[in-house]
Amino acid sequence: MDPSRKRRVRLVTALTIALLLAGALVYTTFSAASPERIPSQLSTAQAGQSYKLGGTVVAGSVRRTPDSMTFQVRDPKGPAKVKVSYTGSVPDPFREGREVIVTVKRDGGEFVGQRDSLVTKCPSKFQSDTQS
Amino acid sequence: MEILAVVAVMVALCAVVFVVSQPLRRGPEAMERQTSERVRDLEAAREAKYQEIRDAELDARLGKLTPEDHRTLDRQLRADAIEILRELDELGG
Amino acid sequence: MATFGRACLILGLAVALYGIAASIHGARSGRQDWVVSGRRAVYALAGLTTAAFAVLEIAFLRSDFSFSVVATHSSTTTPLFYKMAAPWSSQEGSLLLWLFMLSIWSSLVLFLTRRRMREVAPYATAVLLGFGVFFGGLLVFMESPFDVLPIPPLEGTGLNPLLRHPSMMIHPPMLYSGYTLFAVPFAFAVGALITRRVDAEWIRSTRRFALGAWLALGIGILLGARWSYSELGWGGYWAWDPVENASLMPWLTGTAFIHSIMIQERRGMLKIWNASLVLSTGVLAILGTFLVRSGILDSIHAFGASTLGVPFVSLIAVMIAGSIALVVSRRETLRSENKLDSLLSREAVFLGNNLVLVALCAVIFFGTFFPLISEAVTGDKASVGPPWFDQYVVPLALVLVLLSGIGPLIAWRRASAAGARRNLLGPALVGVAVVVVSLALGAGSSPPTVLMFGLGAFVIAGVVQEFWRGARARRAMSDDGPLRSVVSLVRRNRRRYGGYIVHSGMALMFIGIAGSSALQHANDANLKPGQSMRSGPYDVTYVRPTSSITTTAGGRLEKVNFGSVLDVRRDGKHVTTLRPSRSFFPSTAIEDFGPVGRFFEGEATSEVGLKAGLTHDVWTAMTPDIDALKPIIDEGDKVFTKFANDPGTTPEARSQALAAILVGITENYRRSPPPTTFRVIASPLVTWLWIGAIVIVGGALIALWPTGDPARRRVRAGYAARVAQELGATSREPEPEPEPEPVRSA
Repeated sequence: MDPSRKRRVRLVTALTIALLLAGALVYTTFSAASPERIPSQLSTAQAGQSYKLGGTVVAGSVRRTPDSMTFQVRDPKGPAKVKVSYTGSVPDPFREGREVIVTVKRDGGEFVGQRDSLVTKCPSKFQSDTQS
Repeated sequence: MEILAVVAVMVALCAVVFVVSQPLRRGPEAMERQTSERVRDLEAAREAKYQEIRDAELDARLGKLTPEDHRTLDRQLRADAIEILRELDELGG
Repeated sequence: MATFGRACLILGLAVALYGIAASIHGARSGRQDWVVSGRRAVYALAGLTTAAFAVLEIAFLRSDFSFSVVATHSSTTTPLFYKMAAPWSSQEGSLLLWLFMLSIWSSLVLFLTRRRMREVAPYATAVLLGFGVFFGGLLVFMESPFDVLPIPPLEGTGLNPLLRHPSMMIHPPMLYSGYTLFAVPFAFAVGALITRRVDAEWIRSTRRFALGAWLALGIGILLGARWSYSELGWGGYWAWDPVENASLMPWLTGTAFIHSIMIQERRGMLKIWNASLVLSTGVLAILGTFLVRSGILDSIHAFGASTLGVPFVSLIAVMIAGSIALVVSRRETLRSENKLDSLLSREAVFLGNNLVLVALCAVIFFGTFFPLISEAVTGDKASVGPPWFDQYVVPLALVLVLLSGIGPLIAWRRASAAGARRNLLGPALVGVAVVVVSLALGAGSSPPTVLMFGLGAFVIAGVVQEFWRGARARRAMSDDGPLRSVVSLVRRNRRRYGGYIVHSGMALMFIGIAGSSALQHANDANLKPGQSMRSGPYDVTYVRPTSSITTTAGGRLEKVNFGSVLDVRRDGKHVTTLRPSRSFFPSTAIEDFGPVGRFFEGEATSEVGLKAGLTHDVWTAMTPDIDALKPIIDEGDKVFTKFANDPGTTPEARSQALAAILVGITENYRRSPPPTTFRVIASPLVTWLWIGAIVIVGGALIALWPTGDPARRRVRAGYAARVAQELGATSREPEPEPEPEPVRSA
């Protein structure tokens, strides 16, 4: 095989492999990803599928046990609530009334949070006005 | 306070206009001829070629190239360098 | 003052527009005076943005709350250092910082190259000023830092306590330096393509710009990782957060570029590839800047949705369309002069390195933007997390490390199989030995980790072998001692040996990353004083609680701290004492909470207890159960309100009473602390990550260091003579030096 033909074969092989790998990547990612949901959308949640739950921490709902923590998350603009039990690191800004995102899986009527997946949106500006 | 700000802005404006227009006030100046650009490019190419020769030498001494391979490569690189030097000479660089 | 600042920005916008017109006119009409005027417009922009930035800084330092941005991001109680850094915690201030850095770096680069690349420079100037017009326009028309409040408040809202850490304050400027520095090779690439001068001179300059930008961005990324690890309460250094990924992507393509440009330098190959790489890197840098501040992707860096989406997306679209148009229309100039000689060559390894890096960038890009992609395709916003990223990045990283080990040991063009074998054998054996040792030490639970250890060792052994043989070869030629040979070896081959040092630093980093991710022990436990927990090989005992109140220099209360003293032992022997704590900053929402309670409803930060070691880091953070303190806090609220409502009390008496109540609460915490949750992480080898990072910076600096002129001239003259001589060319004297001006070296 002369050199230029060899090069063309190499190029085509490489491109084909790249395309196949990219295709496999895209295909598997769509099934492995966690759809974003707010609490009111979780009524149709399937067991075994993980979801990225976003919402506001309900005031007064945070209970800490020795190993874990439970809290309720409600819709940013509505009343629907779900209960989440979570183990893992809790970000510093975590607080009742703050917006959080946590990856959860359904467990009966509750949702179990994936370890260390809790993220709290960090407010860069304070809401209230200041006084002297 | 406002007057100060206005004065400062005027000063800044004058400074900017002065700095930016100075080359124009010196009078029209044509860009250098094509050949100077070519000379500069050849000089850069020459540096790169010398570096290649040195790299090949180092590679040979460290055993990455067999002596025969190095000889062939070295000859090729030096021929390339000669070409560059020749063209530089012609352009008077 | 604010009007002066705003005027500077307007003037800057105008001068940038002028500069674009002047540069392009000068280039097209061949008039150098217009070109120089355009360049001076860049200097003028730098001066004006410096003035504007100074005005903003001074406003922050003086706590001038007539500036809206100062009132919302600082306060009189903010410490001085953080007052200085607070400007870039705001949207407007960070845009101004970006413009400031862009104009400074552009001025510097254009000044240093003012006698070179005369055809390319005017267009590069125009592109850089184009960015200036974009950011200047945003600052003048959309996000002005100089908005004034008609009635200035007496106190500002203050800086988010989470940002009160030194490296958090250096991290944005460093990162922005990296992003703005990558605008320079982008601009020069556009100029070179327009003028069809993609040649040796362009290569030499662009390579150095790209390396400098790569270093700055790399340092910015590492500072962010270090801050995350040593300050935040989660104990990790990388979360595959969209904003983190956005800074990593241009760095990856930048790494690919500084390798593949060497192939173009030597063999005139890969011209289209390199042009596309450097243009993509510029686009990714702007994309990164956009992601940090736009809020289109969920991130812990989410600064809130902003209105900057449309302008940025338009800019990126223009950059992409323009780049594609340029490369396609100049494809004749970008034709390869040569082809790949052999798959067993350094060129082939570099090509592999490029493919892996671009694949990494593509994977990270896909994962980062997946929420938007899936929304467009399925209507459902779905996202992927760290496990997905790890799954694809780890195999690619392993291949990358392998190639970085082979590359230095193989020759350019065409290596002989025997020569390659001889060079690769020693380091390969070292790699295998390390694999065996790692398995023996029990790391077998994670095969990729063991493999990474082996590959890292392979890389380092190869670099050591190169240094050894190189020094030995030098000693054979001269009489230098071993140390001097190494020094002179490096001095005469800075690019090569600087690069080797970077590779070994990279290997150390990957070893640290592999060990600390797969082999770490992370444990949570709820402890009372006297109780212990175990994490990996360490026994951690909660000795006693601590608490304190921190006041600022002016006597105001800054924060309440609850901490603990932990005794860390290994095999019964005392290793260290750690003192993690949590600090509670008062909320400014006085109406929402009780006078005492508000001290526990504001921000909270973690002080991490960290003991670094060469084999292990012990990391710990604590979370006291504040809810258990609620009864006492409520009691304090009642007592204070009763006291304060008594008409006879003075303000001093009131604040003294408040202080006394808080002191009482802290004492109560020390006497009978509520159960506290501790997180302890025993992380093997993570220190090598930071050591590796320092080695990388050192190696990059060596590679960047310009070679002194006298030495180069001697070398040049000598070579010219030898080259002529050995090929039997017509005899000539050694080349006279071409010109007296110092030419910056490659």
